[in-house]
Amino acid sequence: MGTIFHLDIVSAEESIYSGPVEFLVAPAQMGEVGIYPRHTPMLTRIKSGMVRIKAQLKEEELVYVSGGMLEVQPDVVTILADTAVRSHDLDEAKALEAKRAAEEAMKNRESELDYAKAQAELIEAMAQLAAIDKLRKRGH
Amino acid sequence: MAGSREIRNKIKSVKNTQKITRAMEMVAASKMRKAQERMKKARPYGEKIRNVAAHMSRANTEYRHPFLIARDTVKRIGVIIVTSDKGLCGGLNTNVLRKVVNQMKTWQAEGEQVEVCCIGNKGLGFMSRIGASVTSQVVGLGDTPDIAKLIGAVKVVLDGYTQDQFDRVYIFYNRFINTMKQEPVMEQLLPLIDERMQGSEQDSDKPKAIWDYIYEPEAKSVIDDIMVRYVEALIYQAVAENMASEQSARMVAMKAASDNAGNVINELTLIYNKSRQAAITKELSEIVGGAAAV
Repeated sequence: MGTIFHLDIVSAEESIYSGPVEFLVAPAQMGEVGIYPRHTPMLTRIKSGMVRIKAQLKEEELVYVSGGMLEVQPDVVTILADTAVRSHDLDEAKALEAKRAAEEAMKNRESELDYAKAQAELIEAMAQLAAIDKLRKRGH
Repeated sequence: MAGSREIRNKIKSVKNTQKITRAMEMVAASKMRKAQERMKKARPYGEKIRNVAAHMSRANTEYRHPFLIARDTVKRIGVIIVTSDKGLCGGLNTNVLRKVVNQMKTWQAEGEQVEVCCIGNKGLGFMSRIGASVTSQVVGLGDTPDIAKLIGAVKVVLDGYTQDQFDRVYIFYNRFINTMKQEPVMEQLLPLIDERMQGSEQDSDKPKAIWDYIYEPEAKSVIDDIMVRYVEALIYQAVAENMASEQSARMVAMKAASDNAGNVINELTLIYNKSRQAAITKELSEIVGGAAAV
């Protein structure tokens, strides 16, 4: 032991890389970092770019990540890759968009929170489903 | 015979409907497989980021993220409702919305204000019809729960929490149990109550738990980022599960519809044959009766 560590690159949508590696270079926010086994625990943001991976008895591999987080522990390294391009302004714009859309949808709604109506609607839907169920059973 | 033609037309139209429901069933079945795969693929990220967040909450004592701090008084509640964009999936959306309405009623009775964030068309339509206050929404996700599309709506809720607009945030969605069974669930999203996330007392005695990370650039911004991503991962997972639930519910509903159409066709065919035979018998007896009269 001691010459390799375990590397996981995962994004919210899939697992990109998983396996033992000897050495790794990642584009951290404060500059590129190279990581060998038994590195001090570290947590940093990474920029979009290539991650270079050297696995035992294998050629160097390049994996593209569009930013994310790098977590280093003495013998486990995890890269939490972002799937979307993120920046503060971009996130803000998206939030505003979601808000605006909701306000638009709210404009043509009725005034007060009407639980009676909601429940009536749901009960009707449930009754319809129950009726369908009954019909199905009778049909057999 | 006018009657038999009508029945024939009816049979034809039911057959056409059956074709459609059968096609939808097959489409849903193939989409379901993909949706389930996506749901499974999202799990490693969720686990990894939870481990990191758990380490962090145990290690770093000088800065505690607001997501981890429980508030004593709860006045305003944020609710994220995950539903499907399209209908024809049985009682899926109805079940989750009923749970939401019941819960909202109890909250209202306790004097708590509720604001809603809707993911999916069905929930949005329902919520605006009944007049709930919708703060953000995202509809038209398609078949893939794209995280880029969720960011905006989620950020409104998370910002609301950090700016004290909400004291608690819940999420409602359909948990995927298996193809035949989906269950509407309510989970508390914020403050994070996962026991692994809490800096538990017995753990802090062990020397293993004392180490801390080196943070680059500085602890606060990195922790903030991780926490936001963690919550996003939770929501993404919920949306992915809901989509898998949607497709399997639709498949089951469409299969039932195709079966029902088959039953209706059988019944109608029986009636058609009976009326045809009755007509022939009647005609025969008329001829025989006529012949006898001559």
